[in-house]
This record gives sequence, structure tokens and C-alpha cells, in this order.
Amino acid sequence: MLNTRLLSLIRKEFIQISRDPRTLVLVIVIPVMQLFLLGYAATHDVRNVPLAVFNQDRGPEARALLDAYRAADYFRLAFDAGSEAELRRLIGEGRARVGLIIPPDYGTQLQRGAAQVAFILDGSDPTVASTALAAAQLIGQAHGTQILAERLAARGVALSLTPPVEVRTQVWYNPDLEAAHFMVPGVIGMILYALTSLLTATAIVRERERGTIEQLIVTPIRPWELIVGKMLPYVSLALFNTVEVLAIGAWWFGVPVRGDLWLILGISVIFLMTSLGIGLFASTVAHTQQEAMLTVWMTLLPSIFLSGFFFPLEAMPQVLQWLSYAMPLRYYLSIIRSLLLKGVGFAEIQGDVLALTVFGLVIMTAAVVRFRKRLD
Amino acid sequence: MPPLIEALTLHKSFSHTRAVAGVSLRVDGGEAYGLVGPDGAGKTTLLRLLVGALDADSGTAQINGYDVARQTELARQHIGYLAQRFSLYGDLTVLENLRFFGEVRGLGEARVKARAEELLRFVGLAGFESRRADALSGGMKQKLGLACALIHEPKVLLLDEPTTGVDPVTRQDFWQLLIRVLAQGTAVVVSTPYMDEAARCNRIGFMHSGRLLVEGTPRELAAMLNGRVLELIAQPKDRARRVAQADPAVEDVLTFGDRFHLRVAEPAGPLARLPAALAEAGVTVTRLRAIPPSLEDVFISLLAQPDGK
Ligand SMILES: Nc1ncnc2c1ncn2[C@@H]1O[C@H](COP(=O)(O)OP(=O)(O)OP(=O)(O)O)[C@@H](O)[C@H]1O
Ligand SMILES: [Mg+2]
Repeated sequence: MLNTRLLSLIRKEFIQISRDPRTLVLVIVIPVMQLFLLGYAATHDVRNVPLAVFNQDRGPEARALLDAYRAADYFRLAFDAGSEAELRRLIGEGRARVGLIIPPDYGTQLQRGAAQVAFILDGSDPTVASTALAAAQLIGQAHGTQILAERLAARGVALSLTPPVEVRTQVWYNPDLEAAHFMVPGVIGMILYALTSLLTATAIVRERERGTIEQLIVTPIRPWELIVGKMLPYVSLALFNTVEVLAIGAWWFGVPVRGDLWLILGISVIFLMTSLGIGLFASTVAHTQQEAMLTVWMTLLPSIFLSGFFFPLEAMPQVLQWLSYAMPLRYYLSIIRSLLLKGVGFAEIQGDVLALTVFGLVIMTAAVVRFRKRLD
Repeated sequence: MPPLIEALTLHKSFSHTRAVAGVSLRVDGGEAYGLVGPDGAGKTTLLRLLVGALDADSGTAQINGYDVARQTELARQHIGYLAQRFSLYGDLTVLENLRFFGEVRGLGEARVKARAEELLRFVGLAGFESRRADALSGGMKQKLGLACALIHEPKVLLLDEPTTGVDPVTRQDFWQLLIRVLAQGTAVVVSTPYMDEAARCNRIGFMHSGRLLVEGTPRELAAMLNGRVLELIAQPKDRARRVAQADPAVEDVLTFGDRFHLRVAEPAGPLARLPAALAEAGVTVTRLRAIPPSLEDVFISLLAQPDGK
């Protein structure tokens, strides 16, 4: 199957890739950048939330409370506000996300029985706010329980701090709930999907845009050879990127690679049929590289949002969840997450693999049928 | 022997334009066929139909006996084509381009190497092997295009305005190369806007609005206006032109540098009347005489009455 014509097409494509800075950046830098950006920036872990304190009671009890907040790394005591107005301003300007107001009589109140403090939250980022709220309550409760225990101890009552009922939660597969573990499979999906279809589409349209297609057409290259010769280089690049991202994910972010690597690559190749098909299809519609990129993006955008790349599918409205079944990326992401994080075998994912294969075949066939080795 | 190129009543339309409207063409080996015609006449479209880059709406084209529409790849093995727009890979070097186009035509590595060396020397690009095609001058690009089109020793060579935008010296070189290609028995079709180039061809087809209006050797075509072109050199020029145009037998006045060509219905009348009329208008006549018509005279007269004669 690999005849001279095909081989020379492939070699030509690689020479061109190696001389095109834009493609090189796309292929070498973007996947790694995407991985680091999404691995870090899109992290949902809430740490070091800046806290402004308006402490009107400078007594030892108030200091003990602040120490409790300081001890947990959820908060960072960033500002010591001199007035309630200043605290409001700090939160209003976004320099502090949460505020703690300790009343002047906190110490006396506490000695008398119970004291109150005010905790103020900036709710504009719900993720941060809800986590901060939970953390603040937890820290407050723990501190309260400790004071209670100390008091009882002072009266000679030993108190076991064990509550009567305890719900122990255990998170499987991603025990630290690290965003990177969720994102690395996503980035692999994006490389195979977006990057590959973009590169394939532009590689074909470039021949039209630069006029080289006219010379190519009059050679005895068969249409299928042209298609395969255009696609194979980008398939190999995509697989190279997949391994690259997996390696960085494993070594840098500590993402487990529990499943069989060959199974992952094999399924990636099946998935590539879809992206190559989209790229090829876009190339039959577009006349310039710009048009090709636009066409590909318009196809990709809905599927990126509806595939569980950014938002968990379960959190989406029912209608959108149904729609997501029409998105090949959904199946791939689900497969690759299962393979990486759960280490499942083929049996558990075969339904999704079947769906992926059907999508790939349909899209690829449609594109190949449309593709013609002619000028018009 | 069948002709190397044979086209029968080719038609091709784009939405509203009839780009090629019933063109038939025969070109034999060793023959250079010049395709001339104004912008938009359909020359490029006709050549693209001949190489199978476009599908004809109707009509057939055969290259070396192979039907371009049905035996496309077979036909293409015998075609070398140089497109009007530069269509080699600018980001590949001279040698890489040659190698690529050689290999996709099934030439082995050794053969490609030998052919490339031979052709680079032939077109005068030896020493430029590792220069990127983008970095070549216009004339060198066209020579590289010719080399790529010739790499597989095609029997048919189709060149779309190969010398447009190329300096006169390189144009001369280019034609010397073509003459040697023709000597090997290749059939060449070349479209050109230059009359001097058309005059070098064995046969010329004049194309207009998608149709071949006339066809013949340069001599035959020029003979169409035999005895109907007068040369006039006179001062002041604008007054001379006005007087000449006023003569009832003068159909058209063309400016060629410092002289006019008058196309006349018959020469005797104007030759008798014009000297007096010009003198009366205060025009100094340096020369007025009948001359053998040029191809340009013929084509312009054809454009004036595009249904032929
Ligand atoms: N791909 C196309 N789509 C639509 N119209 C086209 C296309 N190609 C050519 N045409 C039209 O067909 C007619 C013939 O064009 P063609 O390029 O064959 O002329 P040409 O003789 O080569 O002109 P030029 O000297 O400018 O190269 C023109 O009116 C042109 O606008
Ligand atoms: Mg043209």
C-alpha cells in the first residue's frame, strides 16, 4: 500500500511541516501549553483565599480564633482592616475575597458563654465562595469544639471528641480531586480532535490557496493517495503529542496511567478518523486556510462544550446531556478518563468504542465522497 | 499516427460564464500550437480541460489516445503542465520540487536524480539546487516549472502563459528550450499574450469568448489581411489620425509606437486620396505605403468582428 507516490507525498508533507514555524508551534508548543494552562489555571482547588480581618477585640481569645484560621491553608490573612468600611472596600475591590469581623466584646462574650463573629463572602465566583464558606464553617466549628473541650477539661470532665456518627467519604480514582487528573485526558482529547482536524484541513486547503493543487492534480496521484498522504503525517504527529502529553501528565502532574497504553493509542486512532474526516470535509468546503479554520472551529465548538471537556456532563441540563450523545468527543473523553484513571479494560468501554467507530466511519466516508481531485 | 492531443467540441461553463464553448483541437508531435486571445478568452480553462484538472460539461479530450475524463491517470502520465499561476512548492528547494514531481510520477530514485541533473543543466538552474523555490526570480521559477513539467519526459507539454512577467532575455532562453523539446517530438500547446511568441508557433488558434475563431499557421493568418494594411508615419499625430479615420475605406487606425497601421477595405482608394487630404490638413507625411499585415493586425481585426469573417 505504501507505494512511491504515497511515500513521496508523505515526505514532502514532513519537509513542509518542518519548515513552517506556525505548524511547528501548533504541534510542539500548543499541546504542552494547553496542558499546563488547563492543569493549573482551570484548577478548582481553592487555596490561600485572601482574608481581610477587622479585629476589634485584641484579646487572647480573638488571637486564638485567628490562629485557627491561619493554621488551615484555605485562607491567607492578607489584610488587617482598621474599620468595617475598610474591610468592605477591600472586598469590593476584590483584593480580599472574604472578610472576618470580630466584635469588640468577643473575649468577654466568649467567657460569658457564646460569642458571635461575622464572616463575609464575595459570592462572585461561586466555586471559591462555596468552598470558602464550607471551610470557614468547618474551622469555626472545630475551634468551637476545642474551646468547649478545654472548658470541660478545666472542670475536670474528660470529653472524647469523637462524634457519635461519622460519615467517612472516600473518593475513588482521583482521591485528591486534583483538577489535573480531570484535565490531562481532556487535553489529549483536544489535541486529537481540534489540533488534528485543523492541521489536516489547512494542509489540504493550503495546496489550493497557493495554487500547488493545480500541479498536483495533473500528476498520476490517485485521490485516495492524496487523502492518505495528507493524513498520515498528521496522524503520527497526533499520536506523538498524545504520548508527550501523557508523559508530562504522568511525571509532572502525577496523573495515573492505569490502563493499557496500547489500548489508549488504538482507541485514539479510531477517534482520529473523526477529526481527520472533519478536517477533510472542511477542506472540501473552504477555499482559504482562514475559511478552513473557521469551518473546523464552528464544528468543534459545540462539541467541546457538550462533551464534558470543561463542565461535567452530569451538571448540564437534561437536553444538553442528550445532545452530547451526538458528540464523538464525548465518547472519547469518557473512554480515556476511564482508561487513565480507573484502569478499566476493553470490556468496560466497548459500547463507547463502538459509538466512536461508527461516528468515525460515517464522517470519514462523507468527507471522502465529497473530496475530488479536481479544481472546481 | 493519431494526434497526441485531440479535443472534440469541448464545453465548460461556470455559473454564468461560458468559458469554453465548443472547442476542437488537434496537435501532433513536434508541433507547437499557440493559443492567443484576450483576457478571459478561455485559454486557461481550455488547458485545464485538456489536463483533466476540470471536468468538461460535454465533449471529449484525448491525450496520446487516452480519454482524459475516463482514463485520467493514464492520460496524465503523458502530460507535462505548467500552470499560469506559479504552482510549485515555494517552501521546497529546487531539487526537492523536481524530486517530488518525479517520484509521484513513478520515477525511481536513480532516474529522478539523473533527470533532475540533466534538466537543471538544460534550463540553466544548475547550482541553484538547494535554493527554495520561493526565493527564485520570476524567470527562474518558470524555468523550474518547465523542468518539473518535463521530468517524466511527457509526450504532451501544456504551458499556460509561461513567459508572462519574464524579462525578454529569459523569454528568449525559454523559447530556445521549447525548440529543443519540440525537436524530440513532443506536442506543445502554449498560451501567450505575446504576438512575437505566437509567431514562433507552427500553428496558432485565436480564442475569444470561449471559441476558437480562427486557426492556421502564422503565415495563413497574416494572409487574411493581405493588401489591407497601410503603414502611415506622419506629424502631428493626432491630426493625422483624425484625417485617416475620416477616409471611407479606412476601417481602423492602430498606433504602433511612432507609426499607424490603417486597416482598409481596399488599398487603392486610400493610397490615392490620403496624401492630398493629409497635406490639406497641414500634416507632414513621412511614409504611406501598403505593408504585409502582422499577426497583431489580424487579431485586432478579429476582435472588431468576433464572428470571424
Ligand atoms: N473557476 C472559475 N469559476 C468561475 N469562472 C471562471 C473560473 N475560471 C475561469 N472563469 C471564467 O471563465 C472565463 C475564461 O477564463 P480563463 O481563465 O479560461 O481565461 P484566459 O483566457 O485564461 O484569461 P487570462 O488571459 O486572463 O488568463 C473568464 O470569464 C473567467 O472569469
Ligand atoms: Mg489564463
